[in-house]
Amino acid sequence: MATHDANLSPGRRMKIPAATKTRHLRKWGLPVETLVLGLTLLLWIVMSISTSTFLTSNNVVNILRQVSIDSIIAFGVLFPILIRGIDLSVGSVVALSGVVCATLLTMGLPIPIAIALTLVLGVAIGSLNAFSVYRLGIPAFIITLAGLQAFRGGAFLVSDGTSVFGLPKALSAFARAEWLGIPSLFWSMLVIGLVLHFILSRTRTGRYMVAMGSNHESARRAGINIKRIVFFAYIVSSVTACIAGMLLMARMSIGSPTAGVAYELNAIAAAVVGGASLFGGRGSVLGTFIGALLFATIANAANLLGIDSFWQMVATGVLIAAVVYVDNLHKRRQSGMK
Amino acid sequence: MSLLEVRSLKKRFGAVEVLCGVDLTLEAGEVLAVVGDNGAGKSTLIKHISGVHRRDSGDISLDGKPINFESPKQSRGAGIETVYQDLALADELSVGANIFLGREPTRRWLGLLPVIDRQRIQQETQRLIDSIESQIPDGASTVAGLSGGQRQAVAIARALYWDAKVVILDEPTAALAVMERENVIKLSRMLASKGVGVIYIGHNLVEILEVADRIAVMHRGRIVHVTRSDDTTQEELIKYMTGYSERQGHAA
Ligand SMILES: Nc1ncnc2c1ncn2[C@@H]1O[C@H](COP(=O)(O)OP(=O)(O)O)[C@@H](O)[C@H]1O
Ligand SMILES: [Mg+2]
Repeated sequence: MATHDANLSPGRRMKIPAATKTRHLRKWGLPVETLVLGLTLLLWIVMSISTSTFLTSNNVVNILRQVSIDSIIAFGVLFPILIRGIDLSVGSVVALSGVVCATLLTMGLPIPIAIALTLVLGVAIGSLNAFSVYRLGIPAFIITLAGLQAFRGGAFLVSDGTSVFGLPKALSAFARAEWLGIPSLFWSMLVIGLVLHFILSRTRTGRYMVAMGSNHESARRAGINIKRIVFFAYIVSSVTACIAGMLLMARMSIGSPTAGVAYELNAIAAAVVGGASLFGGRGSVLGTFIGALLFATIANAANLLGIDSFWQMVATGVLIAAVVYVDNLHKRRQSGMK
Repeated sequence: MSLLEVRSLKKRFGAVEVLCGVDLTLEAGEVLAVVGDNGAGKSTLIKHISGVHRRDSGDISLDGKPINFESPKQSRGAGIETVYQDLALADELSVGANIFLGREPTRRWLGLLPVIDRQRIQQETQRLIDSIESQIPDGASTVAGLSGGQRQAVAIARALYWDAKVVILDEPTAALAVMERENVIKLSRMLASKGVGVIYIGHNLVEILEVADRIAVMHRGRIVHVTRSDDTTQEELIKYMTGYSERQGHAA
């Protein structure tokens, strides 16, 4: 047992701290993000060898476009999850923001103003969620489930039940553009991902979110402004959903009230498969991206192989269960000697 | 003038009077143990000092100045650090992040954005860990993998770093292995030797007699006996803790 405590002085050697053992395990234990990344790479390799259609620049760009929008939504959802909340409304917010922005554009508003107004809508929705959770004490699961219904309804109301056509050409041109061979949507995702990663890993706000999700009481006693953190998390979630909604709108060249159905579940799945804990305090932007990439790859592969989409849904479900199970095993081993 | 003075502190929760007029003084540089049976009111008493509860009546003063905290934050701000029974550490954060939680030093990233000064936290944490010989292997490891004693050491280190005047430890050894108890006792003595006033709550009398300069016995919401630990024995303390001594007194 007394093998890897080289950093302890000999006098203290007899008392082996559990954390030393933990580090030993961590070296061997497989963090779930690595596992998921490995799985994704494996899938890419197998698909590249076994099909002629997978590793074509067209198809890869397609995957990158899809994973961009999925990831942006998932990055946002990660924030409420980190503070032990949840946001089920993002899929509907994607639709609502797309329809609202499209409507504003068809009314003749300049693009920057339409975008800005849609982002304001995102801030308002996030604030509403946070207010309901923090001030009214409504469970996040319930209030954002209500939002899932209400904002979808709102999207149909704004658009009169149909899609909104006639968007400026510049938008679809943007969505199709590639810089350095990489789609503009992917660049957008990179920028948003980097900003959110920076906030999480480098700022007080990010650290306080982890603290809050990890141990609410300790955060409170440390004098952290809980209200501020709750508002921040839910606003990030809604605003990123609005950005994703506008990007999707640009990509499809319409504002559709049926866009983004079940995206909230995909986003949560990506975050969780990427190492986030629904009990708060754990999760990363990079892991979430890897999770989203795995799901986008599976969808694309199933499509190319002509596998029934029902099977794809079954496979995704099994995967989520398996990954979370493995992750729990790993964590239990880590904290088993507490 | 004492460092901390509590006078006639009263508190009732609904119909139950949990504190029925508590008097207590704490000097700088001493470890004052508060002992008593479960439910005697020890935790409730210290939660008044650390700003968790508001009192019904009575006075508390720190350095002679009356205090009336409305939140734990105010109490911390005044130099009172409390290590709670449940420790309240954030498992997913590192040792250093926990010690500095809520008071992180920042620097300007690219001269613009305020970011956490991780390097400084890391250095200060390492220095602190070394100074208390706490057996915490690494300031950068997360708290999740630490043993009970190491977690206790992190909580105490937090109090130590922030130059507290008063440190309150509520049953700090309740969940610890024997070896680790010794370390907590050592840390408590170290705090006192630096001039901190330490309130040490416990009910293991062997341990209390070892760590404390003075001992206050609590029974049913009252301090029934205060003594220097050199002048008492386990038997005497048990008498006061169980209320036996009180009944004897009335009979006589
Ligand atoms: N917030 C509260 N509300 C109601 N009763 C409480 C509360 N906190 C403590 N009590 C009661 O006060 C008494 C003293 O509790 P406590 O101070 O925790 O005792 P000790 O720490 O000495 O074991 C107990 O009977 C307990 O049930
Ligand atoms: Mg208690």
